[in-house]
Amino acid sequence: MSSPSTASTSHASRGDTTCADAPPQQPVSGRHLWQQALNQTLPVMFGYIPLGAAFGVLFTQLPLSPWLGLLMSLVILAGAGQFLAVALLGAGAGITEVFVATLLLNSRHLFYGLSLLDRFRAAGLGKLYLIFGLTDETYSLLASLPRSGERDDPVARRDDQRLMLRITFLNQSWWVLGTLLGLAAGQLSFDSSGIEFALTALFVVLGIEQWFALRERWPFLLGLLVTFAGLWLLPKDQLLLGSIAAACALLLGQYHYQRGKQPPHGKPVPRDDHPPHGKSGARQTRHNQASEHTTP
Amino acid sequence: MTTLHALLLIAVSAGATFTTRALPFVFLSRHSAHPLILHMGRYLPAIVMVVLIIVSLSAMQLPDLSESAHRISAWRSWLESAEGAGMLVAAACVAGLHLWRRNALLSIAVGTGLYMAWLQLGGT
Repeated sequence: MSSPSTASTSHASRGDTTCADAPPQQPVSGRHLWQQALNQTLPVMFGYIPLGAAFGVLFTQLPLSPWLGLLMSLVILAGAGQFLAVALLGAGAGITEVFVATLLLNSRHLFYGLSLLDRFRAAGLGKLYLIFGLTDETYSLLASLPRSGERDDPVARRDDQRLMLRITFLNQSWWVLGTLLGLAAGQLSFDSSGIEFALTALFVVLGIEQWFALRERWPFLLGLLVTFAGLWLLPKDQLLLGSIAAACALLLGQYHYQRGKQPPHGKPVPRDDHPPHGKSGARQTRHNQASEHTTP
Repeated sequence: MTTLHALLLIAVSAGATFTTRALPFVFLSRHSAHPLILHMGRYLPAIVMVVLIIVSLSAMQLPDLSESAHRISAWRSWLESAEGAGMLVAAACVAGLHLWRRNALLSIAVGTGLYMAWLQLGGT
């Protein structure tokens, strides 16, 4: 998995090491989880500190107390959303305008929750914070974790959620730290231009990790297809949302198509010809996914 | 712009952002074991990752080939520019390194370092 600490050893076993170390009934120690979360979020740190600083610098150009900029990073926690809010604050926009613009800009998050419904289940109060902190980068990390939370074992589920909470918290900390630096210094003293490429690199790494986890070609081809169609058809500011929404719609369609082809009374049969670019066995693995992750 | 008005707008922006993140949990929590939701949960992350990669790389500039007389110099300046070839090469480097060593921090650090060097030392 993408955890740098486990990356070198994870070729053989894709199960998470946290549970390999300890017997299943024993919760993993908090210190171990913090360490794991820190390793996971380091790439985000390299992206969030400079981006947060850029936000801070931008905010100092408003005739407002810098504390409000800090407040934004504490209660909004959205990269593009906060840049937009600064622009709207500067333009003296109204409440409705801010609400609608932010809603539209962030509506891609609607689809992120879809794939985390089960992972966040029964997380108690922490669930609210997990949902609050669901940025693009945090989503990418959480979605790439080994899915111990899908097991029936409540201890493993709890550990998964404890790790997710720490990752979310650290990611927000990097963002807030960057904001503080930007607000305080006006600009960073060393030439950090280009460091935000760390986020692109993170997405590349997590994409490859998804490939190792899935071993099915069609989701990646679907993503490519949809985004290139978006590049061609959509204005730049709607590319991300449009592509994710279209991919979601296609997944939905594919699901219903497969169900429609299922023999009415028989068992589900793995087939070679499901769209798009389907691989045989995809159906089978989907049904077996809960058990798949319990075997190392 | 008064502080009070700014506070109000910040609260609205925070509320709208949280709304987009919370809606699926509000409406679909009871169906978290539904096969469709499991299907989405299995395949959506991979698709989103591909989308995020391409969207991040879509900031890349393409060589300006509008004037046929200057094609070679257009390609050359594209190759020198971090926002041109640099981005693509650095991303390919991250991917190659990660497929080879599978060490996330190493792949990200080397790729980012390469991009920064390209940007700060390279052409315009």
